Amino acid sequence: MKIAISSTGTELTSQVDQRFGRCSYFLIVDVETNNFEVYPNSAASAPNGAGIEAAKNLVKKGVKAIISGNIGPNAFQILQAEGIEVVPEFKGTADEAVRFFKEGNYSKAAHHNVNAHSGLGR
Amino acid sequence: MILSIASGKGGTGKTTVSVNLALSLDRVQLIDCDVEEPNDNIFIKANMENTQDVNVEIPEIDYEKCLSCGKCADFCRFNAIIDLPSGIKVFPGLCHSCGGCKLVCPNEAISWKDKKIGIIRKGTNEGISFFEGILDIGESRPTPIIKSLKYQIRADIDTILDCPPGTSCSFLETVNGSNFCILVTEPTPFGFNDLKIALEALKEMHIPFGVIINRDGIGDDEIEIFCKNERIPVLLKIPYNKDIAKLYSKGEPFINYFPEISEQLVLIFNNIKGMVK
Repeated sequence: MKIAISSTGTELTSQVDQRFGRCSYFLIVDVETNNFEVYPNSAASAPNGAGIEAAKNLVKKGVKAIISGNIGPNAFQILQAEGIEVVPEFKGTADEAVRFFKEGNYSKAAHHNVNAHSGLGR
Repeated sequence: MILSIASGKGGTGKTTVSVNLALSLDRVQLIDCDVEEPNDNIFIKANMENTQDVNVEIPEIDYEKCLSCGKCADFCRFNAIIDLPSGIKVFPGLCHSCGGCKLVCPNEAISWKDKKIGIIRKGTNEGISFFEGILDIGESRPTPIIKSLKYQIRADIDTILDCPPGTSCSFLETVNGSNFCILVTEPTPFGFNDLKIALEALKEMHIPFGVIINRDGIGDDEIEIFCKNERIPVLLKIPYNKDIAKLYSKGEPFINYFPEISEQLVLIFNNIKGMVK
């Protein structure tokens, strides 16, 4: 199973980016093998709807879960409709996030946890 | 004549100049285009009535006809339509009503529906025909409301447009088509900085402009030196005066207490009118 982690860098030691739609990279990790792919987030510079675009791209990538910091309402709506698990408010590195996910001691989000435009820092 | 009152920086005195000028004139149309926070009527005190809803058009998908080809989503630059395995999804808040999705749909599955984003209100007091627009809470597009407000501009009467602050879409939409723009500023580094941005925008749009320095005396003379060097007319300096501030804080126009400023505003208005003809 593949999961996506919003990341500030390209390594598993990188910190989880607290922004979803405007994060720098997504690390797409195969949780069975720990192999991962670095996916630069092309939505980060979108003038509008970065969260929507990022969510759509991850749907295409076939991920089954997302670990990030803040998820807005529009992105959440897409992820929920596509049956992708959302684990928000994670602080730490990407490999800690993978371990956290594998341990399964989290409750998946039933709602977005920030308002739209939160990733714009205003 | 269409005269817009703008500033770049917020809080420099656009509303003060707009309402006191309008109240100093015998017959004028005043339009409050600051649709996110209209407050001219605190000073004008007109009895307002709602005249119309402002709607924008957004796409509605007929899922019976939709082929899920994704052409509409590919076309949309605002991520307002997304092509997902679960179907095409519309995010109305991001739509700019360009109509492109409807044009590219090969199976006529997209139609338009109206979405209300605000209202226009009007009232009359002291010879002023007054209009204001109010953007609904949570809506992100002020420009359709400003457009609707500007349809109220009549050719047979002079119009003052009180602009929103800033120099983005809502400011540009308001000043577009003005015969002249008065930039109200204050003699501080903040006022100066934003003044320079606003006047660059006006130059691009070929709208002639002049400057009113409000709260003259609180800061430095950088703006005056700049205007002199750039040959930008400084039309008026309104002194920094506690009594003006007190009247403002009570929602009272100052013209009855400062008739000399009122006379100067009328003089400036008539000079501009003579110049733009």
